[in-house]
Amino acid sequence: MNIDTILPMLLTVIAAATPLLLASIGELVTEKSGVLNLGVEGMMLVGAVIAFAVTVGSGSALLGIIAAAFAGITLSLVFGLLTLTLMANQVATGLALTIFGIGVSSLIGSSYIGTPVEKLGALSIPGISDLPVIGPLLFGHDILVYGSVAMTVLVAWFLKSSRAGLILRAVGESDLSAHSIGYDVIKVRYLAVMFGGLCSGIAGAYLSLSYTPMWVEGMTAGRGWIALALVAFASWRPWRVLGGAYIFGGVTILQLYLQGSGGIGIPSQVMNMLPYLATIIVLTVISAGPWRGRLDAPACLGKPFRPAS
Amino acid sequence: MIRPIDRRTFIVGSAAAGLTLASGPLQRASAADPLKIGFIYVGPVGDFGWTHGHDLGRKAVEAKFGDLVKTTYVENVAEGPDAERVIRKLAVDGNKLIFTSSFGYMEPTLKVAKAFPKVFFEHATGFKTAPNLSVYNSRFYEGRAVVGHLAGSLTKTGKIGYIASVPIPEVVMGINATAIWARKIRPDAEVKVVWINSWYDPGKEGDAAKALIDQGVDIITQHTDSPAPLQIAEQRGMLGVGQASDMKSFAPKAQLTAIVDEWGPYYIERAQAVLDGTWKTSDTWHGLKEGYLSLAPYGDAVPAELRASADAIKAGIIDGSIHPFTGPIKDQKGEVKVADGAKLADGELLGMNWYVEGVSA
Repeated sequence: MNIDTILPMLLTVIAAATPLLLASIGELVTEKSGVLNLGVEGMMLVGAVIAFAVTVGSGSALLGIIAAAFAGITLSLVFGLLTLTLMANQVATGLALTIFGIGVSSLIGSSYIGTPVEKLGALSIPGISDLPVIGPLLFGHDILVYGSVAMTVLVAWFLKSSRAGLILRAVGESDLSAHSIGYDVIKVRYLAVMFGGLCSGIAGAYLSLSYTPMWVEGMTAGRGWIALALVAFASWRPWRVLGGAYIFGGVTILQLYLQGSGGIGIPSQVMNMLPYLATIIVLTVISAGPWRGRLDAPACLGKPFRPAS
Repeated sequence: MIRPIDRRTFIVGSAAAGLTLASGPLQRASAADPLKIGFIYVGPVGDFGWTHGHDLGRKAVEAKFGDLVKTTYVENVAEGPDAERVIRKLAVDGNKLIFTSSFGYMEPTLKVAKAFPKVFFEHATGFKTAPNLSVYNSRFYEGRAVVGHLAGSLTKTGKIGYIASVPIPEVVMGINATAIWARKIRPDAEVKVVWINSWYDPGKEGDAAKALIDQGVDIITQHTDSPAPLQIAEQRGMLGVGQASDMKSFAPKAQLTAIVDEWGPYYIERAQAVLDGTWKTSDTWHGLKEGYLSLAPYGDAVPAELRASADAIKAGIIDGSIHPFTGPIKDQKGEVKVADGAKLADGELLGMNWYVEGVSA
């Protein structure tokens, strides 16, 4: 293997990892506030179809992405209303949101099946983007790829260094304490849920505008669930989410390239298991290793907040 | 919204023509309640692939019989135990003819068929029949032979990609048909196979196409259901072949042709049999000759003389002078599996578990 064979593989990995990263970084913030939203798959699908429809209708991919973000926020608000205001069970509501998202996206998308759309253009910097290796690897992507990394940086800074991030974490770790010192737990959680919706919607937009620029029903094919698993895999840390998304994408893509290169005598079923095996191994290592005493699940994750009690 | 599917209008049109001819004897039945027909699908009707094809078949039945039938479908039904519940529900709801359109519905269909002896069942791509259960399939490998011919003629690198779904004889058969016919034109051609172990995952299908193209493949064929691989071929300036539907709108330059499923004729035939009271258990495996599959119009990348030779192969398969699996056929180790001039029997095809020479998987 030399750089000419590795480089295209890395480019494919970046494309495969970006939707996972976008969706899980949003879910991370939601979960850090103590809310478990299992509706990621549904929000991604609705984001995908809205981004596609608006882009086809208006001719502007940017408008499509913005619309997808709003669609994600809208769905997440439905979830917030049910679980935060009306105190419905978060797991059941999240599952319902996914099923709802699958249905609604099929309904909206039914007239767009078989319609092509232009792939989201790469942001290229004349001169730099043409450099060998580094050019295509670092400077040849579309706005959402950079957006996903920027979002990770932003979330990492927000949670670690900002006052608002500290409040959000406090709400997720101990809602009653945060409430008793005067923070509006429900408001904080609403905002976190909305951020999750925004990111899932954009992740969907990446699928239907860049990754596979088309609309077909169920096009997420389980990526929302993988994004959810990545949050736990990353033990609720933004940089580990980034690492996890790229490891998962990387192993998935690596096995496709290995198969295409004539195989190394390993059955394809085993190769297809690799990403999941890698997930289990990494999870075991980080949870059992000396440097990790515990998994950092927010203490109030999934618990409804009742201030009166 | 304009849908670029000429086939649909074609089917409706031809069905309407059929209706005028058939309306005489059908009028007797119209006084009675409509025949209820149920369909269950493994994917969404909007997958633009397998399920989409079956749903076009359902619509053809509606177009043909109008008020004489009432069709219902349930989409996205997982293969296995949940399917049994859905099939049972369709039978309880009074459907007299039920089509179960995926291989994995075999056992559930058989079970429900035993419980409802007066309901007629039709299972796609399976091999188990009962007094009220028929099976039907399409000879997709015939289309893949023509595709292999096109690919072998047009490949510059001699490497043809095949994005495979799940390892069952049907898919192995498709890979082999492609390789045999590509190597008749280009003896050194190699068919590189990537399994994604899924029928439908647009992102992964596209990634597999990228992996193949990065490794020197210049023609992408697929046994998975979304247009994503073709779209990647188009983006990278390579060629590809559509699956289940004409996917030209996604790859106007890249698509050489597409193997298009045509379930309408069979569904109409079987519904007619129930209406006439002549339904019998059958095992149908038809192909190009009977119109159960067709090839989408050739793309611009296919030159005139190649169109002629591909059409000749198609015509040969239709008139029976060509069988895609005619010996000598060697396996990957170079051993002769099919002797010179011999033809593989249907039973051997349906259990195919070995690759021919030229397949790298």
